[in-house]
Amino acid sequence: MIGLGFFGGRVAGSGEMVVQSRMGFSDPVRMLEGLRSVRDAGVEAVGTITLDSFTRTGDLRRAREELLHGTPLNGFPLIAHGAAMTRELIAEFDQSIFPIQLRHGSARPYAIFQEMLAAGITATEGGPISYCLPYSREPLYAVVAEWARSCELLAAYEGPGGPVHLETFGGCMLGQLCPPGLLVALNILEALFFLQHGVRSISLSYAQQTNQQQDIEAIRALRRLADERIGEAAWHVTIYTYMGVYPKSRKGALSLLGQSARLAALTGSERLIVKTVAEAFRIPTIGENVEALKWAAAAARDTALGGAHDDGHDIYQEARTLIDAVLEQHSSVGTALVSAFRRGLLDVPYCLHPDNPNQARAIIDPVGRLQWASTGGMPIAAYSPARTARISSAGLLSMLDYNRRRFDSHDHGSPRNDSDPDHVYKEGNNHDDDRAAAAG
Amino acid sequence: MRTIGKELNKPRAVVSTIASDAHTWNLVFLQLLLEEYGFTVRNLGACVPVEELVAGCLKERPQLLVLSTVNGHGLIEAPGYIRQVRERAELRSLAVVIGGKLNVEGTVADDDIQMLLRLGFDGVFATADSVREFQRFLTHLGRAAAG
Repeated sequence: MIGLGFFGGRVAGSGEMVVQSRMGFSDPVRMLEGLRSVRDAGVEAVGTITLDSFTRTGDLRRAREELLHGTPLNGFPLIAHGAAMTRELIAEFDQSIFPIQLRHGSARPYAIFQEMLAAGITATEGGPISYCLPYSREPLYAVVAEWARSCELLAAYEGPGGPVHLETFGGCMLGQLCPPGLLVALNILEALFFLQHGVRSISLSYAQQTNQQQDIEAIRALRRLADERIGEAAWHVTIYTYMGVYPKSRKGALSLLGQSARLAALTGSERLIVKTVAEAFRIPTIGENVEALKWAAAAARDTALGGAHDDGHDIYQEARTLIDAVLEQHSSVGTALVSAFRRGLLDVPYCLHPDNPNQARAIIDPVGRLQWASTGGMPIAAYSPARTARISSAGLLSMLDYNRRRFDSHDHGSPRNDSDPDHVYKEGNNHDDDRAAAAG
Repeated sequence: MRTIGKELNKPRAVVSTIASDAHTWNLVFLQLLLEEYGFTVRNLGACVPVEELVAGCLKERPQLLVLSTVNGHGLIEAPGYIRQVRERAELRSLAVVIGGKLNVEGTVADDDIQMLLRLGFDGVFATADSVREFQRFLTHLGRAAAG
């Protein structure tokens, strides 16, 4: 029996989908208030402490300085506040019931993990690819080495709440416009990397994209590959509400959130990380986060688990091809990943990191599915060679705005019953089901 | 446009963000936009430390530096960036603009915009209409260069 730890155990032990926000405040009083509000929201929830971006990029001097000046930061400066203070701050939470996940966004997380464990937090997230390529400029080989020793640090932890839970962020590359085959492959590859460095309580991730049917197929492919490839781990799947350009209208924002909750419930995903109605404008308030958690939980509760008829075979095949091509490079997953990016076997579209080939391009097809316009040097096929024309700035903007446009429009293409979280998803009757979208 | 030598056939722009900002879609978009306005673009990507930005500008000698940030820390970090750029004699007359979401509140006070302009930015684009305003700026810049 694989130990689950507080976080993995809480998610596995819940009868329903667990919801989570991204909350992080630099003011400890507000941070505490936020955690209490989530705990007391009346839904199956876990807590979150999201770090500020000075801490995540290793600029501790700046984090301390701004904290002294009282400047509001965009998250909780864990190291500046320190483990002792943080431990005291969260002492009132029984983490066997309300575990807290530390969300850090750091390519070099070793010092953050040390502080996190000292503060009594045993769940976190990221990965050597997913927190390097999209969010940093550090060389990939150095980040892979740092993540190896960081995973080993987590794996060696034997205190309360262990084993430490680690979520791969591989299903969220750049938030949008990354075709699902690559998202699924990176999930499995990062999970294999975690396993190779001793971490056994793992979650996989998938960010909602632009077509519900394609997302369902992707998550089924992800679960199938997880069954086949990471059987040694105790794993669950977490879905992210759309991470790209978010609808501005309250109605549109809640509708997109509701759809992600239904996606998670339909696919038997165990956890959902929500977005709020404030997403398009600023960092949400505590109240807006709690509202989002309740809305998502209600939408998920009324959605039945879907049948297994959409097995996501194409996405499964594409992901499997990529995974195998990478693993052939080397017996060490980390070394294999570095080599794969250098040789172009992996290529994240639109990613500016110097170690990413940046030859691959993705587009949104007429029914809203993400497709490869160009696959660069990856051993997989592009959607249509005719579509490899240069993407214009307006074209890019239009793709980035796809979900905002769709969910903010109040006439055609807008979801039915979109102000009603109790709306039950019916196959073939949803606005972005392939047929309906093609017809609209 | 007046040109000196073959490398200057096209105007050059450097696109960058600040050290704490990991967002890049804004940078990808700006690169495409600037290319459409005839620029050759050097895109420095995510989390650019000020030293790398200054070094990048000294190497590229661009006609335009575009600083774009959306993580809410722009007002904290941008003053240090413009000061260090303007400290270099070679970059004193470089056109430098900034845009995006510059604080965590959602709207930027006029005083803050004035402060950035005083420190040496040639344009601050921080409203809902900032892309269009930036395009007007580019058109103006093109005309000034051509004239």
